[in-house]
Amino acid sequence: MPLTDQSPLRIVLYEGGDAQPLPADERFAALTALLDKGFAVTRLANQGAVAPADPSPILILGHFAGGHPSEPSGSREGVPIRFQNVAALDPNRIVELVEAARLETHAAKPGEWKPWFPVIDYDRCTNCMQCLSFCLFGVYGVDAQQKIEVQSAESCKTNCPACSRVCPEAAIVFPKYKSGPINGDVVSDADLAREKMKIDISALLGGDIYSLLRDRSEKARSRFSKERDSNKALQERQKCLAKLAQAAEIPPEVLMALPSPEEIQRRAKEAKAKAQAALARQT
Amino acid sequence: MTAPPRILYCHCAYAQIVPGEVKAAVLRKLSDSGVSFEAVADLCELSARHDNSLKRLAQGGAVKIAACYPRAVKWLFTAAHAPLPPKGAEVLNMRVQSAEEIIAALLNPQLSPNLPAGKPNAADAPVALARPLAETPEAVAPTT
Repeated sequence: MPLTDQSPLRIVLYEGGDAQPLPADERFAALTALLDKGFAVTRLANQGAVAPADPSPILILGHFAGGHPSEPSGSREGVPIRFQNVAALDPNRIVELVEAARLETHAAKPGEWKPWFPVIDYDRCTNCMQCLSFCLFGVYGVDAQQKIEVQSAESCKTNCPACSRVCPEAAIVFPKYKSGPINGDVVSDADLAREKMKIDISALLGGDIYSLLRDRSEKARSRFSKERDSNKALQERQKCLAKLAQAAEIPPEVLMALPSPEEIQRRAKEAKAKAQAALARQT
Repeated sequence: MTAPPRILYCHCAYAQIVPGEVKAAVLRKLSDSGVSFEAVADLCELSARHDNSLKRLAQGGAVKIAACYPRAVKWLFTAAHAPLPPKGAEVLNMRVQSAEEIIAALLNPQLSPNLPAGKPNAADAPVALARPLAETPEAVAPTT
């Protein structure tokens, strides 16, 4: 099921009204345990406001007076609501109970995938389609107005920031990247100059990154067939690709998992055609 | 009287880019503060899901967000079709700011909006530089 079709379980740690506040250490331990397991928690106390409810199922955790929830589990305006008394419960036990409620409500399972994907800074993006043309994995597409957008975040290869390297405007952000401006830090003139330099480096490596990949891969394949030594061939392929991986910061595992040269060529052509068609419709 | 800004804390659970001690200290202080807040495991994951909770957060008035770079947060919300109000959001960056600085800003009822607003241009220059020459003190009151 696509990520965007999955509904999460909303967890509310309720400490207002007739519920008693949890001891500070218990509250912090419970919050940390739930967040570490990928759950979102709304802490509802007597002060401050939180966002209103939405159609997601709700699980209300708390230390309820008399050991019982103040309201029976059920549904309100079609939203399933459950209560769970967590007074004096171990954080791991709370996580187990929350996970059980998630399963019962068929809510999305968090943490199934490391959320690594590009985010477009439309203040900087010029809709040049370089990213669409470059990405082999179908992450990018265009909307009805021919504007570039991320259409399949989950297709992005974890820890690979290569498309941000080909963006001439430094408009592609990977929030979990280690350094700026790719991580979302402010873009300076020096960054833009550096980005251009990196594109030049890839040109020096062979002009077309995919041609280079194909050549390297074919050479490696040829050696493999002659020597029939898979370990040696693999070592050679890794050595050849290391230089490329360093230039574009493509993780070696992404390069090693690339499809056959023919498939790379097909996908590259497809991506390029999509980008050219989108550019043509803009004019 | 306007309501105080709501608070959102991102735990960035799936990467080690936010210092663990900063995350823990911010969460601990929030947890002990007695205020209501939203804590999410990972804003990126919610953005990828186009999660409804981001719309609830973006559309409910002023909000303070403890996460990472303001530019990243702004576009994560936009990617989820939940753009943050430009003048109604303040992002605290746990990658570079101290826990004390962040918690003081989160619990301060005053909002200091800081979402980036487009490419820097002349209008973003410091006031002294952006002001036309005729308006500079020297031009208005020439020395005799």
